[in-house]
Amino acid sequence: MLEVRDLTCERGGQILLSGVSFSLGAGEALILQGPNGVGKTSLLRTLAGLQPAVSGEVIHAPETVAYASHADGVKAALTVAENLAFWADVYGQDVPRDVFEQFDLADLKSRMAGTLSAGQKRRLGLARIAVMNRAILFLDEPTVSLDGFSTKRFAAYLRDVHLSNGGVAVIATHVDIGIDAPVLDLTAYQTQTASGQSDEAFL
Amino acid sequence: MIALLKRDLKLAMRAGGGFGLALVFFLIVVVLVPFGVGPEAAMLSRIAPGILWVAALLAALLSLDRIFALDFEDGSLALLATAPIPLEAVGLLKALAHWLTTGLPLTLIAPVLGLLLHLEPQANGHLVLSLLIGTPALSMIGSFGAALIVGVKRGGLLLSLLVLPFYVPTLIFGAEAVRRGGQGLEAQGALMLLGGITLACIALLPFATAAALRITLR
Repeated sequence: MLEVRDLTCERGGQILLSGVSFSLGAGEALILQGPNGVGKTSLLRTLAGLQPAVSGEVIHAPETVAYASHADGVKAALTVAENLAFWADVYGQDVPRDVFEQFDLADLKSRMAGTLSAGQKRRLGLARIAVMNRAILFLDEPTVSLDGFSTKRFAAYLRDVHLSNGGVAVIATHVDIGIDAPVLDLTAYQTQTASGQSDEAFL
Repeated sequence: MIALLKRDLKLAMRAGGGFGLALVFFLIVVVLVPFGVGPEAAMLSRIAPGILWVAALLAALLSLDRIFALDFEDGSLALLATAPIPLEAVGLLKALAHWLTTGLPLTLIAPVLGLLLHLEPQANGHLVLSLLIGTPALSMIGSFGAALIVGVKRGGLLLSLLVLPFYVPTLIFGAEAVRRGGQGLEAQGALMLLGGITLACIALLPFATAAALRITLR
């Protein structure tokens, strides 16, 4: 479903990673790891088509892809339900009935997103991924701001719903989110010494 | 795609995305003019078409920098770029939402403010028609400018400098149509040129806006 061949990606004119290759079949996930600034975010953005690759190939059907960055795209002036309904409309989907329970948002449906805590907003951002119903997910630090319980719930969604239904996920994370998946250490593909500057500084 | 338009309209109503601000600014500018140039009816009547058009243009400018900036800051823009909506359509819909919340209300309130400037009553129709035809071009050009400066901190002033020169043809033909209407002259030519500018903007600028957004999002 997803094949990456000899990919080189850059950020701000600097080549960060080169020679990245992997392939994932239906139901498989890959964890990207490496120190800050190694290029996890840049690689995910390249895979998602937000920035061009310097060289190499990313083979997937673009209409099957969804990308989730640190910023969740949550609108403070819309309710939780309205935020999800918007993304469902954009992706031509209906909001699944159980998504509010899956992400522990049932009691927050009619709350303005601007009044949510950071963790609740993150759960809303992750619920958006479920609403979009895409087969290939590129997830950048999906569990930031989540407590242990919410992290487990998200892992359960990925494992029991997304992957078990034949989906694919590439996840950049520093923590063990409880997904049984191979780890790709990006330091092996690094073309320069990590400067200690995080990817986020470029965004 | 209509979901994006509905969301932006809802946000404009709830979050005050320039909806009321533009109207209040339009009102204040028009009210201030007689204090500055004097209350003589003949002079106000003569300058009213230009003042009304300049005030509407500046009012429309106020909320331009918010067209893409808020979506860029909260990550929506990157998510929309990977969503099944072409960025050209995103640019067009954003401009349409801006026009519905700014250009259209300004058009509807303009005849009332025309009274304050002693605008000739027979020019009211031309005022509304010229604004109706011309203000979509302001939103389209503004949307392109907003796409160019999205991500630039405090880019509002830069945006004004970028788009104001491109507003000149719309301003000239818009004000001329109203002036000719007030004098009982034929205004069809000015209105058609105004329409031509707007149609050209609608046809071409979504592509330029999308290209600017793609460069910004890289």
